[in-house]
Amino acid sequence: MTEYLVRFLVGGIVVSAFAMLGDVLKPKSFAGLFGAAPSVALATLGIAIYQHSPSYAATQSFSMMAGAIALIIYSVVVCQLLIRARMRALPATTASIVVWLFVAFGLWFIAGIQT
Amino acid sequence: MMTPIHISPSSLREGRWYEYVIRFALGGAATVFTGIVSGRYGASVGGLFLALPAIFCASATLIEKHEIRRKREAGLSGERRGQEAAALDAAGAALGALGMLAFAGVFLWLVERSVAAAFAAASLAWIVVSVAAWFVRRKLRFARRVVRETNGSAMPTRRASDDLRRE
Repeated sequence: MTEYLVRFLVGGIVVSAFAMLGDVLKPKSFAGLFGAAPSVALATLGIAIYQHSPSYAATQSFSMMAGAIALIIYSVVVCQLLIRARMRALPATTASIVVWLFVAFGLWFIAGIQT
Repeated sequence: MMTPIHISPSSLREGRWYEYVIRFALGGAATVFTGIVSGRYGASVGGLFLALPAIFCASATLIEKHEIRRKREAGLSGERRGQEAAALDAAGAALGALGMLAFAGVFLWLVERSVAAAFAAASLAWIVVSVAAWFVRRKLRFARRVVRETNGSAMPTRRASDDLRRE
């Protein structure tokens, strides 16, 4: 239980810090860089090294590369849905999670990261 | 040439207190979720979720909401402008994700040699790649628009400088 509480607090603080940094920066497209900051990664990898080992964190970061490629495609899809399909932000960002899952797990299988 | 990037602390006043609570809770929940997935299905599956766009959903929605609120106060609908603002944020996130890819690659390369060096170099890689990608995109957009305006191949509804200011 303590572990999850620590995860929650560390994750919340790191994510909020990056989000606030994104809030104060202009122009908007530059601030958007902070929407894809490795905030959850920083918190999680730190805890992973403390609890397990550097090689455990290395395995996580290898998979993270597939997740990051999926995030690039996800962001482009969201951008297109907002501009071309004129969707609102909440439905566009939540519906596109399917794209992220598909690409991330697709790459994970293709690259054989699971082995 | 002056840098187009600037800090606007007044933007923080636009946010409501509960919006900060939501982002804190989402960030905490995403970190707990990644921990649970890693514990149950292994580090390999858990690693995928280090790049889950859970927080991005909240950020884009808040940006759209703030833009709509600002336009409504000026007596306009603001819906389209809100979508455009969220789309710009998404475009930035795509470039930030490129930086995230660099972060993961550098971290993977260094973590088994030195943990501190891995965190420092990976963070540096993220910021350098993201910012460089943003500048390249900006230059390309500007150059494309200038060429279009010079050739007169498109209706010059907006000037290149106007387009960049909107960003």
